[in-house]
Amino acid sequence: MSQTFLGMPSLPVHGEGNIHATEPFPAAARRELGNAQLRANLGHATRTIRDKRLKVVAELPDWEQLREAGSTIKQNVMARLPELLEQFEENFTARGGTIHWARDAAEANATVAALVREQGVDEVVKVKSMATQEIGLNEYLEEQGIAAFETDLAELIVQLDHDKPSHILVPAIHKNRTEVRDIFLREMPGVDPALTDDPARLADAARTHLRRKFLTAKVAVSGANFALADSGTLAVVESEGNGRMCLTLPETLITVMGIEKLLPAWQDLEVFMQLLPRSSTGERMNPYTSLWTGVAEGDGPRNVHLVLLDNGRSAALADEMGRSALHCIRCSACMNVCPVYERTGGHAYGSTYPGPIGAILSPLLTGIESEDNSTLPYASSLCGACYDACPVKINIPDILVHLRGQDVDSKRGKGKLPSQMDAAMQAASWALSSGRRLGLAEKALPLGRLAAGPDRKITSLPGIAAGWTQSRDIPAPPAESFRAWWRREHGKESGHGQGPGHPTGQGPAEGKP
Amino acid sequence: MRIALFATCIVDAMFPRVARATVSILERLGHEVVFPAGQACCGQMHVNSGYFKEAVPVVANHVRAFEEEEYDAVVAPSGSCVASVRHQHPMVARRCGDAGLEARAAAVGAKTYELSQLLVDVLGVTDAGTQLGSHFPHKVTYHPSCHGMRLLRLGDRQQQLLRTVRGIELAPLAEVDQCCGFGGTFSVKNADVSSAMLADKTANIESTGASVCTGGDSSCLMHIGGGLSRQGSPVDALHFAEILASTEQDPATPTGSVRLFSGRGSH
Repeated sequence: MSQTFLGMPSLPVHGEGNIHATEPFPAAARRELGNAQLRANLGHATRTIRDKRLKVVAELPDWEQLREAGSTIKQNVMARLPELLEQFEENFTARGGTIHWARDAAEANATVAALVREQGVDEVVKVKSMATQEIGLNEYLEEQGIAAFETDLAELIVQLDHDKPSHILVPAIHKNRTEVRDIFLREMPGVDPALTDDPARLADAARTHLRRKFLTAKVAVSGANFALADSGTLAVVESEGNGRMCLTLPETLITVMGIEKLLPAWQDLEVFMQLLPRSSTGERMNPYTSLWTGVAEGDGPRNVHLVLLDNGRSAALADEMGRSALHCIRCSACMNVCPVYERTGGHAYGSTYPGPIGAILSPLLTGIESEDNSTLPYASSLCGACYDACPVKINIPDILVHLRGQDVDSKRGKGKLPSQMDAAMQAASWALSSGRRLGLAEKALPLGRLAAGPDRKITSLPGIAAGWTQSRDIPAPPAESFRAWWRREHGKESGHGQGPGHPTGQGPAEGKP
Repeated sequence: MRIALFATCIVDAMFPRVARATVSILERLGHEVVFPAGQACCGQMHVNSGYFKEAVPVVANHVRAFEEEEYDAVVAPSGSCVASVRHQHPMVARRCGDAGLEARAAAVGAKTYELSQLLVDVLGVTDAGTQLGSHFPHKVTYHPSCHGMRLLRLGDRQQQLLRTVRGIELAPLAEVDQCCGFGGTFSVKNADVSSAMLADKTANIESTGASVCTGGDSSCLMHIGGGLSRQGSPVDALHFAEILASTEQDPATPTGSVRLFSGRGSH
């Protein structure tokens, strides 16, 4: 941090890039739900990963303590982030690496492009990375005349298909192997025309295609899963070995990493290396873990760069209720257990970060104010499966509700005309904040009974309630409420029953022993 | 014990039979039930939809209503509403900066139990057939609602109680821990996704061959029952309190989804 600190810091700014919803979630979800093949692929894949995760998690008697440790370490990191970042920078630089600070996607992209150009090349190989997806690095490099080749198999599939990832761990989860075969036949140069959809044959085709790139590339671009402040070490956790190739063969290695990925010390890896593989792929251990600390004489890349990316993270950190979303280690367990994600897939969220974590992270990074982003926190039934699965115990349902509150308040603040939902909520608040008023409202129950007719069910409602009757009936209301029955049977109700403003008369009730 | 019933707004207005079944169970065990008249709603619809400001008077009313009565415990036939009372009420008060209300809400919350918690943990019910005379000779499948399962950690309390009902045949439900898709205003704001979740839930229910789907939350059961009814399914949705309250002399009879209960509590 070479800049001199001048005066009061301004409020942290929101991020930009591929982390902003591009249309309202309900509309996007409706379109994706119409794709039967997608739903079949997703249902099969998420169920498989879910079951694997449950099995390997059950093997660890101290799983809950590990989650607690992961959560506590991350809380500590967030509380000391400026100090840890400077410690990391000092160690990374001392070992021959170069740090570049990027406030947002534009700064990060420009930095990477300049570093690539310095090497006089127009091609880079890439390790799968969420941070570079987030900032739209591939698209930016393409505009600058630099070709970026994804080397993770699933990222390669998505890139060849000119598609977008729909899952943070399994970016091509929405494709089945027949679709993959068709993409390879159509897009992969020099592919065997007799290629079948046998997974081994597909992997072999990709391997042949990629090997040429690994051996010729001068520059690699990666993300990082962890950065260790006490040693200046970076870590990439992967399954295929493509990452190891990219991290060791090219002369220049450029890593782009969000500032929240720091861990204080080497020993903290012990916790996260147990949490991450089990939560993400459902494996006890991932096949390849690469760690590097600056430049090593005679081994690996000669030029080692790290772009430290803010892009809205400081803004998220400033949100007391939402900041724990930055604890995320991108394992994707939350999306694999989410009943909404399982049915809509990742594209419906319009962001690099889909699923439950995306529904909170995207608006935390880029702001709740836009119409499209504001629909994301509602993309959940609040069933809580994500919170249970999260290895670092991010209370996603609570943050979803917090962001819904931000959304409602932000619309209130704009002096907009109240929506149908606003009006319904205000009326309900009035009726439901007094037993007497609810009792009066319940006197209208026989009207509902009348509306239900001889079928004793209501099959069509107007306005926002029409969403209910599109697939569900409503039972005919009862002839009398419980409250009315109780009064009739028991003569009187206990308590006073007046609404707000009535003096309580008694202090807080302590029950009889 | 003197037990204050929190009927919950949906049961009070739409499923009074569930509250009456709850009263019946508790009285059979020899306890006194009171109904604090000021009660209305827990306010979770407002909280979960982001209307914190509108939730405050609802929460304040609930706290006041349950301070106006003397009791040993509060019971509600809903995991979701109890989770709201326990976890959301103090949070809503904190958010609006009312430390007094926060402490009062926490005091009410600490004495509030979901029905199966009260029956199993406090009142020591281990055999519904023997202790309550529960009799329900039907094939039943059970859906554990998310908030009971994940916020209250009810575990198998409701199922244990059902298992000991005389004559019952419990059929296991596939993908039992999956949400039914209700989610309060989620069901109208994201009606398509909610309907897709519901379709999978009702398909799993139908494939059990049960004539009744039961659970501990009338809101989820209204959702599931509403879906079954729309699909023309003969499967009925009943709260587990209604099954526990059913006896040989006064049986609850499944009558097909969403229709009004024709046994105890009908008119």
